[in-house]
Amino acid sequence: MNDMTPTREQREAALEGMGCKRKRVEDIRFTQGKGNYVDDLKLPGMLFGDFVRSPYAHAKVTKIDATEALKLPGVIAVLTAEDLKGVNLAWMPTLAGDVQMVLADGKVLYQNQEVAFVVAENRYIADDAIQLVEVEYEELPVLVDPFKSMDADAPVLRPDLEGKTEGAHGPRKHHNHIFTWEVGDKDETSRAFAEADVTIKEMISYHRTHPSPLETCQCVASMDKVNGELTVWGTFQAPHVIRTVASLLSTIPEHKIHVIAPDIGGGFGNKVGAYPGYICSIVASIVTGVPIKWVEDRMENLSTTSFARDYHMTAEIAAKNDGTVTGLKVHVLADHGGFDACADPSKWPAGFFNIVTGSYDFPTAHLEVDGVYTNKAPGGVAYRCSFRVTEAAYCIERAMDILAQKLGMDPADLRIKNFVKPEQFPYQSALGWEYDSGDYHTAMHKAMDTIGYRELRAEQKAKQEAFRRGETREIMGIGVSFFTEIVGAGPSKNCDILGVAMFDSAEIRVHPTGSVISRMGTKSQGQGHETTWAQIIATEIGIPAADIMVEEGNTDTAPYGLGTYGSRSTPVAGAAIALAARKIRNKAQMIAAHMLEVSEYDLDWDIDGFQVKGNPQARKSMKEIAWAAYHAPPPGMEPGLEAVSYYDPPNMTYPFGAYFCVMDIDVDTGVAKTRRFYALDDCGTRINPMIIEGQVHGGLTEAFAIAMGQEIRYDEIGNVMGASFMDFFIPTAVETPHWETDHTVTPSPHHPIGAKGVGESPNVGGVPAFSNAVNDAFQFLGSTHIQMPHDAWRLWQAAKNLGAHG
Amino acid sequence: MIPGEFTYHRPSSVAEAVAILANHGDEARPLSGGHSLIPMMKLRMAAPEHLVDLGGIATLKGISEDGDTITIGAMTTQHELIASDLLSAKLPIIGETSRLIADPQIRYVGTLGGNVANGDPGNDMPALMQCLDASYVLTGPDGERQVAARAFYEAAYFTALAPEEILTSVRIPVPAAGHGYAYEKLKRKVGDYATAAAAIVLTMNGGTVSMCSVALTNVADTPLFASEAGQILTGSTLDAETIKRAVAAAEAITQPASDGRGPAEYRTKMAGIMVERALARAAERARS
Repeated sequence: MNDMTPTREQREAALEGMGCKRKRVEDIRFTQGKGNYVDDLKLPGMLFGDFVRSPYAHAKVTKIDATEALKLPGVIAVLTAEDLKGVNLAWMPTLAGDVQMVLADGKVLYQNQEVAFVVAENRYIADDAIQLVEVEYEELPVLVDPFKSMDADAPVLRPDLEGKTEGAHGPRKHHNHIFTWEVGDKDETSRAFAEADVTIKEMISYHRTHPSPLETCQCVASMDKVNGELTVWGTFQAPHVIRTVASLLSTIPEHKIHVIAPDIGGGFGNKVGAYPGYICSIVASIVTGVPIKWVEDRMENLSTTSFARDYHMTAEIAAKNDGTVTGLKVHVLADHGGFDACADPSKWPAGFFNIVTGSYDFPTAHLEVDGVYTNKAPGGVAYRCSFRVTEAAYCIERAMDILAQKLGMDPADLRIKNFVKPEQFPYQSALGWEYDSGDYHTAMHKAMDTIGYRELRAEQKAKQEAFRRGETREIMGIGVSFFTEIVGAGPSKNCDILGVAMFDSAEIRVHPTGSVISRMGTKSQGQGHETTWAQIIATEIGIPAADIMVEEGNTDTAPYGLGTYGSRSTPVAGAAIALAARKIRNKAQMIAAHMLEVSEYDLDWDIDGFQVKGNPQARKSMKEIAWAAYHAPPPGMEPGLEAVSYYDPPNMTYPFGAYFCVMDIDVDTGVAKTRRFYALDDCGTRINPMIIEGQVHGGLTEAFAIAMGQEIRYDEIGNVMGASFMDFFIPTAVETPHWETDHTVTPSPHHPIGAKGVGESPNVGGVPAFSNAVNDAFQFLGSTHIQMPHDAWRLWQAAKNLGAHG
Repeated sequence: MIPGEFTYHRPSSVAEAVAILANHGDEARPLSGGHSLIPMMKLRMAAPEHLVDLGGIATLKGISEDGDTITIGAMTTQHELIASDLLSAKLPIIGETSRLIADPQIRYVGTLGGNVANGDPGNDMPALMQCLDASYVLTGPDGERQVAARAFYEAAYFTALAPEEILTSVRIPVPAAGHGYAYEKLKRKVGDYATAAAAIVLTMNGGTVSMCSVALTNVADTPLFASEAGQILTGSTLDAETIKRAVAAAEAITQPASDGRGPAEYRTKMAGIMVERALARAAERARS
């Protein structure tokens, strides 16, 4: 070897493969303002659509008169439900098995519901025309409180379902009831409670909030009437699903529909479903034959497209005096709004809420979820979480703290006592999941040591005494959260969306000169797939990540995939990528054997090429092999070097983590200050530690917002309050705590590269850490549970109710 | 979030601006920094047909001192208030308050005149101007008149300003050298209006308060000059009992709305807490 020959370490580093803190390649365009978003798209002759919306939460629509609006120069059309009926699109199916009005069909069910769609030459004219559309309403009694939804005299929200005693998920027991979903062993659980030394019961609410991505939902639909082809650009987290749904609804053959998701400015679950804006734009383009753009504004986004949570969870735990848990019982009242438009896998009306046993070895458990209608916007999407996992994690993590309080045990010790043990994996949970891997004890001890948990408890005790003596008006809380996530939907045996199994896909093409284009069925909304997917390929086939182009979002070129949400991209598409890459490596091995005139079994893989066993000088790099694949493949072998893989995961993956939050609360103002926040995540194999850290920072910031004030409120007549950034809490850098991040690595045994997914963990684990810190602070004053959100006035009120104001 | 149609004017003198306003009456609105008016137009809660941008009038900018009075041009930005050496030396409470308004980007554009003239109870400067006993110079077709900040505000968005008038400058009597001051603002996040805020200026003589002025932000539909609270504190030694009475007096005049910042009861109490905390800081700063 001469001095110029790179060392193994240099060759490895040159790949920028898995484990490398590679800088995000997409940031080059994002940081220069050169991203390409839907609203950047300008097509010749393009018109603009905008909605007339209902000021009422519940009303009959008795008349829509667009005469004056149509007189305004530049107004092309005003669509109503009557027009949509002509193409059978006044209603559309939801992902949850319900139907949803596209435009108000005789009534409205929530404030700001879409009533008519105005099409005009520009957005200004469209908005002027909206003011001119005359709509007559007849107000109906409004149902806001989900706890009153099944009262005998509750107003009928959905006359279209009258007499329907069977819903998409079994029997309906009231006119506002959607489904009951039951999991677990009721009798066995009752027995555990009957025999328990100690039980606790608490109604734990997870309030209504919203994913609120920076970019709102938007689309451009363009119907080419000559060729019968429809192209839709949109903010789609799952472009292929949108194509299939569009084909089913419009009866345009699927090969004549082109769905393109360009750069997306955040999704967080908001951009999974199909919205009236998409349908109306498509219909308007079919009618007019020109492209139609629809762009939601912030208030429309917050008040109509897909809220998250609104889960009211009554949790009960049975335990022995020594803290060993023996049973879990949970009932959920799920507020779905006017339509059940949850974006869960079709067979899962409450998502994966049955992960609610969390990280603990409950011998038995029983869960029942009742979904109900109210006069609020539809949704219930997975806001940076995997299908109701945030709700489940919050429920069990609060309940464990409440049990610790009742037992007089330290909440961290109680958790450790009940953890699923490393030797129990793969672990069968009482509610039906098989946890793939975990080492909870190691993670918890590392976290407690790092944060100095015992010292913090001692400090807290001293502070409580000082508070009692009147020396301080500040109370201190330590929030413990140990979450287990369930992500990577999902195995075809239990996961589908409208019948399409939830696999994912990758296609990799190696060019003759050794560079690569690869396409996936996923769609990044900021996750950095262009960077991380290339890193997986780089490690698997030895071509530098810098020479690998990753492309997503165009359904004409990408293999069919189910998209990006629920932390499924790495567990599902990430596996498809590795397996497609391995197909390429296998073929490359045969080509290398031919080139080196040895048997393929005599070759070893070595970072970026193959070498002859025992003779490392005899080697062929992937670059050389790629050229040979197109120039002189072995006799009888197809030329070329590319592969496609569709991956149906055998199981979900189960990331976990230990989060600690230290908080000081001023009882006189209710202002809470997060002094420290420590997050240890175990997401299995780590592909890009820098991107993981960014994901954790982002998710924790959302968790902080949700726990401490982010809320979609309604008044008693269904007016949506605070649907603007004036009130909806998006923290700035000033309010956001400093994040300390850490990790352990417990690979997934069934995933090709052992990765589990991390995007949503910080939101799932973060919310209980904040809420537990707040609740922990108030505990010594006699409090058991304070509902979220923990904004200042509510904490002040809690302090007042507990007598802290003297 | 798309405004209706309007005609945009950019006059270069106050006379020209006043003439345009007089011409169009209620259908015209002057535009300064635009941080209240433009969002209201986007929401179509305001739909002026004529927008008169005051940004082209050079005479409306600047800070000057004349004897015991400091005059600030209406179009002076919050950023310029913070950067002013004169204000830092003579009226430091103005910079302290400006720093609590929104964020740097907004402070580069938002103006003192816009903040005080709009009549939005959420704005911070009106209460501060009442605390400082400032006067507003209003210029209309018939010339100038002065209205005290303490007499300017009638209800939310209703002020003594006539439709054809422009608030051209703010005149502030310079408080005694060595005065204590503080602006305490409780808000949910950067950029939010106050849940409650209090402005306090006081002078001490020995251990006794010789003058004290208190005003409150966003706890009624106008800014509130808490004259009784100021009177209670004046002449006192700031003993706990007096402070308690002053706080109660300040709380008593509040009439806050219940909103996302909290119920009325909370906001009233927070007004009291802000007074208490502002008082503590102001007293600490005062040189006897």
